[in-house]
Amino acid sequence: MAIKLPIYMDYHATTPVDPRVLEAMTPYFTQHFGNAASRNHPFGWEAEEAVEKARKQVADLIGANAKEIVFTSGATESDNLAIKGVAEMYREKGNHIITAVTEHKAIIDTCKRLEKDGCRVTYLPVQKDGRISLDALKAAITDQTILISIMAANNEIGVIQPIAEIGAIAKEKGILFHTDAVQMVGKVPFNVNDLKVDMASLSAHKMYGPKGVGALYVRRRNPRVLLSPIIDGGGHERGMRSGTLNVTGIVGFGKAAELCKQEMAVEGERLRGLRDYLNDKLHKSLDEIYINGSMEHRLPHNLNISFAYVEGESLLMGINDVAVSSGSACTSASLEPSYVLKALGAGDDLAHSSIRFGLGRWSTKEEVDYVADKLSSVVTKLRDMSPLYELAKEGVDLSTMVWQTEGH
Amino acid sequence: MAYSEKVIDHYENPRNVGSLPKDDVNVGTGLVGAPECGDVMKLQVKVNPATGVIDDAKFKTFGCGSAIASSSLATEWLKGKTVDEALAIKNTDIVHELSLPPVKIHCSVLAEDAIKAAIADYKKKQQSDAKLTAVGSQPSAQS
Repeated sequence: MAIKLPIYMDYHATTPVDPRVLEAMTPYFTQHFGNAASRNHPFGWEAEEAVEKARKQVADLIGANAKEIVFTSGATESDNLAIKGVAEMYREKGNHIITAVTEHKAIIDTCKRLEKDGCRVTYLPVQKDGRISLDALKAAITDQTILISIMAANNEIGVIQPIAEIGAIAKEKGILFHTDAVQMVGKVPFNVNDLKVDMASLSAHKMYGPKGVGALYVRRRNPRVLLSPIIDGGGHERGMRSGTLNVTGIVGFGKAAELCKQEMAVEGERLRGLRDYLNDKLHKSLDEIYINGSMEHRLPHNLNISFAYVEGESLLMGINDVAVSSGSACTSASLEPSYVLKALGAGDDLAHSSIRFGLGRWSTKEEVDYVADKLSSVVTKLRDMSPLYELAKEGVDLSTMVWQTEGH
Repeated sequence: MAYSEKVIDHYENPRNVGSLPKDDVNVGTGLVGAPECGDVMKLQVKVNPATGVIDDAKFKTFGCGSAIASSSLATEWLKGKTVDEALAIKNTDIVHELSLPPVKIHCSVLAEDAIKAAIADYKKKQQSDAKLTAVGSQPSAQS
């Protein structure tokens, strides 16, 4: 089979809309264009019916009740709503939030803002495998703790946190538990009751739905979670999120959730096979490559590898017909290497040398072969060009070398 | 980020990749940058002692495409220049030639630093070699 270039292997960043999702959405642009909040004519009823169907589809994917789904503009908004909403609503109960250093910026930056408003936030470190320590979590809890927010699976390294255990600890202590489940939901089983999750952020475009729509699962029973809205207006979504509903987006989200539920088991195993094949192939052709984060507790479609002595951006340049991403400083707007990889304690140099592979619904073995072969040849070429590789081969310990870094 | 054609050309066909014997008295080596900053350049010059002209230049770079291109271009420019002419190369010349965007200016600065470091190393070696020669020319007590 001929390979179509460029190859997309960045499914953690976003996913294409599944054609079946697009098909479900299309009539809601021009035909059934009503406002779901219009209560007195069939245009509104049709739109509302479509939204409620989608709400059920999304709820079914995570074992929730449809009434517990609040539609938002995406996971960043969901994260903001969960954290700011709890902080304001439960202000009299306490002001302490626990999260982790490897969280998405939508969590970290929201917490940083709340710190300015008088909240206290604990950012738990992660262990070498990328997971938090449950003992450290327990030790961080105080009588002021109102919320624990720990992501389900990391967007860079795909590492899955011990969500069920965290949920049990939160429940025992009477603390609300929010998880950013964007990367996990739709890819591996995720049930809000089994995991004792009180709030979960979801995003449609990470699971073959459209961009611009997401949801926050908000538990209604045992306990009933109350949130202060961050957007005021017409009182849509049980008052938690005002604003005219994005009907087409929501319909697509629902269809995407339904497809994920149906296909997750088979698709997950297929992608795990491809991912392991990619990993084996790279390890067979290259030495000194290191997997970032736990392989055991990891999303089946994620691989994050550091290619020692080679800088990530130059590596991406050499494989410019493959869409992947790097933890290198040069590829980020901040010019800082990935804070997630730094948190693993591997050293900044390995963060600069990392590539994230995200496989997905349309990834093929031929693509994996192409990517692995191309990477091997580019890494070999760049190592021949790398002074660090040369020094290492001469037996110099790079970690103890004194570098001349004036002005950089 | 879009790269200029010249950066892509140097990345794909780097000039003068390699190493010169670093213990050779006529070779100067500059090693600048740090792995945790994401850029390390090693640049070497081989100077003809009779003429003071750089006969050969080699580089190895750990860094982004712009860092590789900056050091590749630097070696190209160094060959045939005298040591003093080499010291006159400015990072802004590299920025201009490669059309580097503002976020990549540090790559050109690093290349200029590498040139200066290589030449400083060469000069240091020449001085200590001259001293050694002076010491060596005196008859030792034992001979």
